[in-house]
Amino acid sequence: MKRSELLSRILIIAGVFLAVGAPLFFWSSTPLIHAQVSENGGWNPDVIQADVNEPLHLRFTSDDVVHGFAVGQMEMEGVDILPGKVTDLTLIFDKPGIYTFFCTRWCGLNHWRMRGTIEVGGSPSDPEPVSPPLYVSLDLNLDAPHDAPVIPSSQPSAISGQKLVTNLPIDRSTDYYRANSPYQIFDQLSNTSLTETQRWDVVAYLWQSNTTKESLANGQQLYAQNCAACHGENGAGDGVFADNLQSAGESSMQTMTGADNMMMQTPIDFTNPTRMLGASPALLQGKILRGGMGTGMPMWGSIFTEEQIWDLIAYLYSFQFEYHK
Amino acid sequence: MAKIELTRIPFIKNALKSRYPQLAVFIVMLVGYIFAILAGLIGTPVGSHNFSIVFVWIAWWAILILVAVPFFGRGWCAVCPIPLPGEWLQRGAVLSPPDKKPKWLNLRWPKFLRNIWLQNISFLLLALFSSVLLTTPNITGIVLAAMLFAAIGLSTIFERRAFCRYLCPVGGFIGLYSQTAPIELRIKDKQVCVKCEGKPCYNGSANGYGCPWDVFPGGLSKNTHCGLCMECIRTCPHDNIAINLRPFSADLAKPSTRMDEAFKAFIMLGSAMIYAGVLLGPWGILKDAAYNVGTNAWFIYAFIFLAIIFVILPGFFTLGILKTKGTLPLKQRFASLATALIPLGLMFWVAFSLSFVLTNASYIIAALSDPLGLGWNLFGTANAVWQPMLTSVLAPAQTLALVGGLIWSARTAQKAANEIKASSTPVIVFCFITTLVMLWLLL
Repeated sequence: MKRSELLSRILIIAGVFLAVGAPLFFWSSTPLIHAQVSENGGWNPDVIQADVNEPLHLRFTSDDVVHGFAVGQMEMEGVDILPGKVTDLTLIFDKPGIYTFFCTRWCGLNHWRMRGTIEVGGSPSDPEPVSPPLYVSLDLNLDAPHDAPVIPSSQPSAISGQKLVTNLPIDRSTDYYRANSPYQIFDQLSNTSLTETQRWDVVAYLWQSNTTKESLANGQQLYAQNCAACHGENGAGDGVFADNLQSAGESSMQTMTGADNMMMQTPIDFTNPTRMLGASPALLQGKILRGGMGTGMPMWGSIFTEEQIWDLIAYLYSFQFEYHK
Repeated sequence: MAKIELTRIPFIKNALKSRYPQLAVFIVMLVGYIFAILAGLIGTPVGSHNFSIVFVWIAWWAILILVAVPFFGRGWCAVCPIPLPGEWLQRGAVLSPPDKKPKWLNLRWPKFLRNIWLQNISFLLLALFSSVLLTTPNITGIVLAAMLFAAIGLSTIFERRAFCRYLCPVGGFIGLYSQTAPIELRIKDKQVCVKCEGKPCYNGSANGYGCPWDVFPGGLSKNTHCGLCMECIRTCPHDNIAINLRPFSADLAKPSTRMDEAFKAFIMLGSAMIYAGVLLGPWGILKDAAYNVGTNAWFIYAFIFLAIIFVILPGFFTLGILKTKGTLPLKQRFASLATALIPLGLMFWVAFSLSFVLTNASYIIAALSDPLGLGWNLFGTANAVWQPMLTSVLAPAQTLALVGGLIWSARTAQKAANEIKASSTPVIVFCFITTLVMLWLLL
């Protein structure tokens, strides 16, 4: 074989190896966490291992639309994950445990299913005592109907209620507020001389006095980011995904032994007084913590802190009551 | 207008006669092609950030349709990497003369397939799936790999470049439109060829390989099937091969009477119009139908696509020329007069491509630095923002291309009609109406 022929063959083979080998090598040495809408698999991988107090470097990319990433129970802003682009993120966990991460962008109908876990290993420094949530200690049935038999004729006003509350024999503690629905308190005020409207106004005032402007603002922000996609900006259950959730209902049906058939359904309307005024903060806390079990309402217990949930609940009642500005 | 022989310039002649410049380009092309396959298969599924989509369907297509075909004819074929592995296997060599006894089957291509109908079909197959193919990296990767393996397979069964000549989905229209290009490879003196013994340009010699495109250069009168591989320049013992600069569309003066080529002109004209409507038009329902391959809507789309190309456009064209009195039977008049559609179709493609190429060219800069969407930044341009280019000149340039194409095809129609002694009016009217439709679709 002539030298030129040999040299050309070597060059060609080297070129082919380069063209095949280089991308394969870089591809295998650049592990990425892929985000796709849940219909196509959600997060991949969806379980990430980490060590306590060790920086965890994560590289994300989206294979379809814009997604977001945030870890529940942590003080962090969500980061955006753009299609075909890579987002770098470094996290440090100071406590071992299983953390839930979730998509923070309304990527599609099954956005709420886009979750994964980070398993942070290491020995816990001091085990923290865990107390059961209020709905458990109160033994509430989260799925039982809780409609208020009576609803106010106009929106109850905390401003009017404040003037009436002074001499009333009523428990104004946080525990009492959390354990009772607005209707229950309205009912307990029936032995007073107040009119129905006045009783509702007192309830509105009690609800406002159990929250703060900061809590309401925080609740509003959480609501806008996480709830409005389905429940709607104004709480009316008419978010951008609401119609699709219902139409996707039957095909999303899941069956579990010992439970009712569950399917995605229309989101709850928080402006509906019958439902909202019959629900105690503890009941709402339970529903948010646990989620709607297949209805499309995700469980938020692994994502929101307890304080965030109370803030959110305070905000939900603001769809019913007129508060001081 | 006179021709200018470029091979008289020693630099050009030496560069073409030597195998090394071409080999260097070949290796770069082959590496890029294989890289595009890999990028398609393992890179990000987001087309606009994947090398395979950005470099094949935006960069390559732009170069092909806006530069290579209009100015160099089959210039792309001269550097295309697809036939190379098969050809090297077939010859058992990269540079050296081939083995005396062929290693492989080396069959002649079947006679009934010696036309471009297979290329018409392969183009339409890709065209019908184009919405998916053009946006899905792994499909692009698979199609690129399939073409490479098809070319290798055909090289081991048939002689010469059977894939390029009879199957390549783009080869068919490049050949058709190369007739309009101002570049040609021709012999200098016919008598030299007549007397030449052994015809090494066709049969090969120690200096090079016999024409891979199965063309005898001595009989070349059109660019259609000459792949500009330059082998005959190397093998001709009499220095009788020239590369000429010539007026545009010189080959169209003698219209072809082949039905496969006539229909190719309709296929290209029709698909440019359909693409303009589907890919650039405002009709979401059309885009959905074209994208959702296999659904009922897609079958309807495919049916309409084929109907426009094979029935509606040729039907109106035939109706138009039915009454014209010519010396030739209708079938031959149809084929001859369809020649006028060649420059028109080319300019339709130029106008259509201008819009998506200028819109998407900025993806090239980003994909250069991060070809697989893995977060690399090789040249610091990975975060270049998408921005349509030259938006202000787009519409004028498209109008110019379409109006220019109409004038060009009208001139071609007159010449073709003169040749067969028929009236050119119906053809010009047909071109005028289709140009109006295309203008409406694009602007």
